[in-house]
Amino acid sequence: MPSIAKPIATHPTLQRNSLGLTIRDYEGSMSTLCAGCGHDSITAAIIRALWELDTEPHMVAKLSGIGCSSKTPTYFVSGAHGFNSAHGRMPAIATGAAAANRDLLYVGVSGDGDSLSIGLGQMCHAIRRNIRMAYILENNGVYGLTKGQFSASSDIGSKSKRGEPNRMAPIDPVRLALSLGATFIARSFSGDKEQLVPILKAAFTHRGFALVDVVSPCVTFNDHEGSTKSYKHTRKNTLRATQADWVPPQSEILAQISKSGTTSVAMHDGSVVNFSAVPKDYDPTDRRKVAAYLDDQPANAVVTGLLYIDPSAPDMHELGQSSPTPLRDLAYEKLCPGSAELERMQEEFR
Amino acid sequence: MYAQVVVKSNLRGKTLKTSDVRNPDYFHQVVDCQWACPAHTNVPQYIRLIAQGKYTEAYMVNRESNVFPAILGRTCDRPCEPACRRGRLDGAPVAICRLKRVAADLRGDIAHLLPKIPKESNGKRVALIGAGPASLTVANDLRPLGYEVTVFEKQNKPGGLMRTNIPSFRLPEKVLDDEVGMILDMGVEIRYNSPVTSLQGLLKDGYDAVFVGTGAPRGKELDLPGRKDTDRIHIGIDWLESVAFGHIDKIGERVLIIGVGNTAMDCCRSSRRLGGKDIKVMARRPRGFFKASPWELEDAEEEGIHITINHAPKRFVVENGVLKGMEFERLEWDAEAKKSRVIDEVFLPADDVILAIGQENAFPWIERDLGIEFDKWGMPTVDQTTFQSTCAGVFFGGDAAWGPKNIIWAVAHGHQAAISIHNHCQGVPVTDRPPQGSNLISQKMGISEWSYHNDYNPSKRQKMQHVELTKRFQQLNIEVELGFDPEQTAREVQRCLNCDIETTFVENRCIECDACVDICPVQCLTITRDGEESELRTRLSAPAVNLDQAIYASNPLPQTGRAMVKDEDVCVHCGLCAERCPTAAWDMQKFDLIIPYAGAACTTSSVLA
Repeated sequence: MPSIAKPIATHPTLQRNSLGLTIRDYEGSMSTLCAGCGHDSITAAIIRALWELDTEPHMVAKLSGIGCSSKTPTYFVSGAHGFNSAHGRMPAIATGAAAANRDLLYVGVSGDGDSLSIGLGQMCHAIRRNIRMAYILENNGVYGLTKGQFSASSDIGSKSKRGEPNRMAPIDPVRLALSLGATFIARSFSGDKEQLVPILKAAFTHRGFALVDVVSPCVTFNDHEGSTKSYKHTRKNTLRATQADWVPPQSEILAQISKSGTTSVAMHDGSVVNFSAVPKDYDPTDRRKVAAYLDDQPANAVVTGLLYIDPSAPDMHELGQSSPTPLRDLAYEKLCPGSAELERMQEEFR
Repeated sequence: MYAQVVVKSNLRGKTLKTSDVRNPDYFHQVVDCQWACPAHTNVPQYIRLIAQGKYTEAYMVNRESNVFPAILGRTCDRPCEPACRRGRLDGAPVAICRLKRVAADLRGDIAHLLPKIPKESNGKRVALIGAGPASLTVANDLRPLGYEVTVFEKQNKPGGLMRTNIPSFRLPEKVLDDEVGMILDMGVEIRYNSPVTSLQGLLKDGYDAVFVGTGAPRGKELDLPGRKDTDRIHIGIDWLESVAFGHIDKIGERVLIIGVGNTAMDCCRSSRRLGGKDIKVMARRPRGFFKASPWELEDAEEEGIHITINHAPKRFVVENGVLKGMEFERLEWDAEAKKSRVIDEVFLPADDVILAIGQENAFPWIERDLGIEFDKWGMPTVDQTTFQSTCAGVFFGGDAAWGPKNIIWAVAHGHQAAISIHNHCQGVPVTDRPPQGSNLISQKMGISEWSYHNDYNPSKRQKMQHVELTKRFQQLNIEVELGFDPEQTAREVQRCLNCDIETTFVENRCIECDACVDICPVQCLTITRDGEESELRTRLSAPAVNLDQAIYASNPLPQTGRAMVKDEDVCVHCGLCAERCPTAAWDMQKFDLIIPYAGAACTTSSVLA
C-alpha cells in the first residue's frame, strides 16, 4: 500500500478528451495490490482506453467477483457505477444489469479463479447469451489471494514458487470461448499496452460479449523461473497473431497497403478495427481457421492479438427482442401490467 | 551500484554520451533552485529543516554557502525562484527567500557553530578593499585558515551597499550589524574612514594578496539642460547613502524618480517616508520592460507610488535657481519596445528629482602601470574562474569585477576569490580548483516509508503580510515586511518538492511491469526503444518540451532491450515510482552537493573516490 495518494499535480501539457476530461479523471482510488502486479497495468490500460474513447464515466458499470483481479474496479473510473458480486457470479449480475439497462457500457473484470473455476458455468452462459460487455480475464495462473496455489489456467509443467510442477491440464479461455461461439476473443499481456489498449477499445465498442484474456503476472507468487505466466516467460514466448488498430468512427482513414495484408472489420458504432495479420493469411473472422491456427502453434506459445471477431451476431437484447428502451426507463405499469393483463396473456395459451 | 545514465544534450545530436549520476552536475541540475543560485545554497535541505522546526540548523545550512541568510532573506534578487520546479506545476514558485528569513528570524545561538578561528596566524596577510558582501565573504573564508585579514572601508560603518543603498525599512540595521559582526568578530582588522587612494601604496605595504571589493559606486549621470542649475537633482545611490547615514532627512512633496530599476524603487519608497506626497517613477518603456524585480514594483505601488510609462526625460526646468520640474517626450513603442516615436512633449512639476538610471564602476585610485589591464570602458580584466586580475595576487569580486549584480553574486565571487587567494598564498596555481563532489544516499526507511515528507501539498504560495499603510511611514526604519507567521511557514515549507531527493534507477533489476510508469502522477516515465534525443522527446508519456531539463535514460533493460526514460522536468519527487517498484530498481536517494571552499583539497580523486 503506497504511503500517499497519487498527487493531484499533473503535467502542464495534460491533454483533455472531447468531454473536457483528462486521463486523471478516469482514475480510481490507490491500488492495494502488490507492487508490480500485472493487474495494475491492466487498470492503467482500461483507464487509457476509456479516456481515449471519450466515455462518459457515469455511463460505465464496473462489475467483478472475488479475487485480486476483482478488487481492481475500485482503482479505475471513480465516477462509474460498480458492483462487486459473489465469487464467480459476476456474469449473472452483468446479465441482470444489462437486461435492465442496455445503454451502459459493462466492464467486467475477473480472474482465472473467478472465471475458470468457481464461475466457469457463469462465464459460459454469458458468452452464450452474447451479453454486450467487455469481459476482462486477468490471468496469472495462480490463486494469489490464498498464497499461490495452482489455478485452472496453470499450464502442465509450470512450476510453483516452491518448485513443484503442475500436473493438471489447463482450461484455455480462448479456445473455450471459441468453441462456445463467442463473438469477440482476444488475448494480450499486461506488459504490452501498445497492444492491450487498442484491443480494449475494440472490446468496449463491440456489440456483444468481448472476452479479453490478459496474461497478468503475479509478482509475488508466479513470476519466478519455471513459471509459464511470468513477465519473462510471456515476453519470450509471445506470438502475435494479429496487430489490431482501432479506428474511431469520426476519423478519416488513410489506407496503407500492408505487405501481409490487412483485414478491416466495421464495428456496430461505425468504428473500424484494422487487422494486420502477422502470420500470413491469418483470418480473424473465420472461427475454424482460428482454431486450426491455435492448434498448429507450439505448446508454450502465448498467442496474442484480437484473435476472432464477429460483429454481426445478435446480442442478448436482439436475441430476446427486448424493448429498445432500457427496461429501467419503462413506466412501472408498462413493465408490470398487472394481474388482469397476465390473465389475458395466459388465456392466449389456453 | 548506481544507474548508468545517458545524459543527452540536444547539442550532441546522435552521438549519445554515457555518463553516470556520480557526476555532481547531473543531479545538481535537477535541484533547480540550487543550480540557479550563484552560491548553490542547498535550498530543499534547509526548507526541510525549517519544516522540522530546526531553525538554527536551517540557518547554518544557509550560512555555509550564502554567508548572509538574514540579509538575503530580505533583499535577495532570488534567482532560485524563477527556476523553482513548483512554478512549472502550479505557476508560483516556493517562497524560498521568505523561508530563508524565517530560519534567520527564529534561529537560536550559533556562536558555537561558527568556524573555529586559530589563535596562531599562518603568516600570510591579505588586504580587502571595501567592507561589502564580497570582501566580507573572503574574510569569512580566510580567517578560519589563519590568514591575517585587513579590511579598508571608506565609511565609518561596514556593509557596503547593503548599508548605503538598501533602505532600513527593507533591511533593518540590526539585522545587518548582526551578520556583518559575525565575520568581523572572527578577528578581522577593519580600518574605517580609510578609503584606499592608491593601490600602489597599498601593495607596497607587503600584503600577500589584495582583494578589490569596492562595488560599483558611481551613479550614472543624466546630462540634460538644467542639470547643474539646482541642488535639487540627486544621484540615486548617493542620495540613498546620505539618507542611510542621516545626512538627508526630508524631501519635497513632488518627487520625480528617473529610471525604473530596484534603486528607483528604494528611492521612491524612501521619498515617501521623508515627506514626498506626489511621487512619480518615470519609465521610458512600457510595463514588462522594467528592470525592477516584480515584487519591488508591487511593494512601491502599494505605497501609492505612480509608475509613469513611455516618458523620456528631455530637460530640467529651473527658474532663478529653483527647480520647477521636468520636460519629457511622450513615446509610443512597437510591440517589442525596441523602436519608439515621439508623440508630444509634457511638463511635469517637481520639487526634487532623483536619478536612478544605473551605476558603474570607477577605479581612479588604481594606477594604470601596475600590470592590471583595463578595457576601454575602464573595467579591469578579471578571470571568470579565478577572479584574478592580470596582476598576480590582485583579485576582484562582487560588483567591482564585472559591474552591478546582486549580493548573492558578490558572495559567490567572494568564495571563489578566497580559494584563489589561498592557492596564491600557498604556492598552488590559482587555476587549480578544488572539485565539487556529491553524495547519494537512499532515503528508504521501510516499505513505503521515506525519511522525507513525500506527499504533494496543493497549498498556494503564501503572501507576505505588510505593516499597515497608516503605520509604516511614521519612521524611516519601520520594517515593512512582517515575515511569515507560523501557519504561513507551515504551509509554504510543504510546497517544496524535495527536488534533491532523486529518483535513481538500476536497470538490471527491472522486470518492465510498468508499475512506475502507471503510477507517476506527472507522466515523467516511459519504457521505450532508445533513439535520438529530439525524436525521443516527442514520444514519451508526455512530450518533453522543456529542453532545459535533462532526459534520464537507462541502459537497455534485461527483458526487451528497451530503455527506461525519465523526463526530469516536472517530477514531484513523490517517490511513488519507487514505492510501486517490486524489485527496488527505483530508489529515492538524497543528493548532497559537496561545495569546496578555501582550504578544500584540490585533488580530484579524493572527492570523487
